[in-house]
Amino acid sequence: MKLRTVIMASAATVAMAGSALAEDLTIVSWGGAYSASQDNAYHQPFMADHPDVTIINDESSNEAVAKLRAMDETGNVTWDLVDVEGPDSQRLCDEGLAMEIDLNEWTKAAPDGTPAVEDFGDAVINDCFIPQIVFSTTFGYRTDVAEWNGEEPTELCDIFDTETFPGKRALEKRPKKNLEWALICDGVAKEDLYDVLSTPEGVEQALAKLDTIKDDVIWWSAGAETPQLLADGEIVMGSTYNGRLFSVIAEQNQPVKMLWDWQVFDYDGWIVPAGLPEEDLDLVKEYISFATDTQRLADQAKYISYGPARASSQPLVGDHAELGIPMGPHMPTNPDNMGNYLVNNILWWADHQDDVEQRFQAWLAQ
Amino acid sequence: MAQEQILTQEGKPLKQALRRALRREKMRSILLIAPLLAFVLVAFIAPIADMLFRSVENGIVADTLPETVVALQDWDPSTGELPDEAAYVALYDDLTVAVEKKIHTRLGSRLNYEQSGMSSLFRKAGRTVRSIEPGSPDMKQQLIDSDAAWGNLDTWALLKRYSGRYTPGYFLNAVDAEMNADGIEMKPDNERIYLYLFVRTLMLSLIITFSCLVLGYPISYLLAHLPLRKANLLMVLVLLPFWTSLLVRTSAWKVLLQQQGVINDLLVWAGIVDNTHRLVMINNATGTIIAMTHILLPFMILPLYSVMKTISPTYVRAARSLGATSWTSFWRVYFPQSVPGIGAGAVLVFILSIGYYITPELVGGTSGIFISNRIAYHISSSLNWGLAAALGTLLLVVVLFMFVLYDRIVGIDNVKLG
Repeated sequence: MKLRTVIMASAATVAMAGSALAEDLTIVSWGGAYSASQDNAYHQPFMADHPDVTIINDESSNEAVAKLRAMDETGNVTWDLVDVEGPDSQRLCDEGLAMEIDLNEWTKAAPDGTPAVEDFGDAVINDCFIPQIVFSTTFGYRTDVAEWNGEEPTELCDIFDTETFPGKRALEKRPKKNLEWALICDGVAKEDLYDVLSTPEGVEQALAKLDTIKDDVIWWSAGAETPQLLADGEIVMGSTYNGRLFSVIAEQNQPVKMLWDWQVFDYDGWIVPAGLPEEDLDLVKEYISFATDTQRLADQAKYISYGPARASSQPLVGDHAELGIPMGPHMPTNPDNMGNYLVNNILWWADHQDDVEQRFQAWLAQ
Repeated sequence: MAQEQILTQEGKPLKQALRRALRREKMRSILLIAPLLAFVLVAFIAPIADMLFRSVENGIVADTLPETVVALQDWDPSTGELPDEAAYVALYDDLTVAVEKKIHTRLGSRLNYEQSGMSSLFRKAGRTVRSIEPGSPDMKQQLIDSDAAWGNLDTWALLKRYSGRYTPGYFLNAVDAEMNADGIEMKPDNERIYLYLFVRTLMLSLIITFSCLVLGYPISYLLAHLPLRKANLLMVLVLLPFWTSLLVRTSAWKVLLQQQGVINDLLVWAGIVDNTHRLVMINNATGTIIAMTHILLPFMILPLYSVMKTISPTYVRAARSLGATSWTSFWRVYFPQSVPGIGAGAVLVFILSIGYYITPELVGGTSGIFISNRIAYHISSSLNWGLAAALGTLLLVVVLFMFVLYDRIVGIDNVKLG
């Protein structure tokens, strides 16, 4: 009798745990300062509104494409919502791994009644993408390098100038952006960039340029690495996302400055993995509608210097939540920061990434 | 002369009774190990076999383009003629279905492993195939107009070459070769990496094994010859790092070895190294060797120690009493007896290091990574599981080969773990 009670009780507990699990929302993002800004602006307020929901943060966004493919292959998708860059969303959408959604149905209109699709404007890059922010990838450098004799880099191509600016650099362990920068510094004009890159010779030209600094490069794969290496003094300059650099400079007061020259703009947003069960989908939908409304998107900019993807959010961007400094000048879209810039060619990368990646990885290993 | 049968007490032939008893015994032991056997089969052998099978499996072309594969059966690329209209119609039909199911990009990625440009061709086809009317005439011309690659003989030859269910392609890739129209060839120089990485993995593993031996032998000797209380204390110093998480130890090496790290700071402070010429000891092969030697050192010390513990001191004493110098008595009497320990330690360290992945990934930069890092890359980033499986199979073969070689030279019977 007693044993039976125990079994019944534990079965009941398991069943309850099961129903509680249904309210878990697994959100995949990039970690570090970026996940923290999402936690402050979206997750905490959402959980306050929905006490029965627990949001689980998974920091796997830089492997999202691979992991979603693997999950799809094994038929066990464990993620509810994934934060990805524009080109990755394009790939996932093409491959049927991301769900196609109607943006006007999933997200709220702007406060003045402008439909969401118009409010998001250019940020709506494909049928699966729910835009969140505009960010850029750019360079940060240390201001206290003795060997530089008081000089400071002023333009992108100083990255390749190891005479004037000796020391280690950090670059991302992916071809994207590195190849564009290399070509620009090898004299290719902005409008010819992707035509040149579309040929094998163009890729070789870019790699040859990167060869000139290969011995001085430390390769990163997570956005938080460059700020850490800069703070440690392990590198003298390195590429990363502008929000990460902001956090090192403004929040941690490290002797680091930013180089906005040829920053590369990109969109980042949500995709919903295809094939989510119906009951999970409702919760995801509710979360999306909540997290992408005009006010929330503007709120995220209080914690990190990324521009909200909605036009209606931009006037609401105010001061940093803790430091109280205005965030406007630190946004990649601030006119002062937009002398030279590139917009990531999402379609080109979606089409060519497999090819170029293969060649780049071989080059890296040699 | 008929041999008289020996009977048991119950009157059965002894031989038969004995066999039955043995069989019962055998059954019992099989039943006893059955759970483990089943577990090993299900959780270990089967997944490995399944993974290794991927190194030759190639169903994706036939599954994605079934009609095209049939239409290409009678076509011979060596004639230099493009396939006929029927093949193009079949391709269009297959692509329409594939695009509907959104599986055409996967086929593109698969074929891209063999020939670059395929991925973008299929991605573009996904967008253009919708703009072509189904059943419209001259499908050949329409497809070629949408992308010139469909009018290229190489594209079709590739499709035909990979339309079989099995392929040697992954294994060829794993040894930097490729199959093209002229047969099997080595890849161009700037695309070769795997053979080079295999050699590097073996070289670095040998160096690591050797450094573990050089560092581990004196320590084991000391441990085996100190009074028990002191030896135990020292043993704790060996075991503590052994029990510490691998990641923690690797990260600690990062802090120690980096250019602004503890060791460089000390060297600069002592005036050995100039501040502007700090040593580069991490993110390269040096970093991998140092960190992995430290991490694998216990695997050398423990078997060496347990073997040395069993070497009786009387032999050395006897040698000394017969007039041998301390070196001779060590080299000719003690050392040969410790060889089984060296063998065990070396095999352990070498085989562990050849498959190491986390430490090289964190401290190896680009010049200190191993073949396993590429396997991990293909498993988790590029999702080229077939190539990862082929590389894994080759690694397994290399390890088995080394093992056999070792058995020939040292003899596996000489390996003692305690």
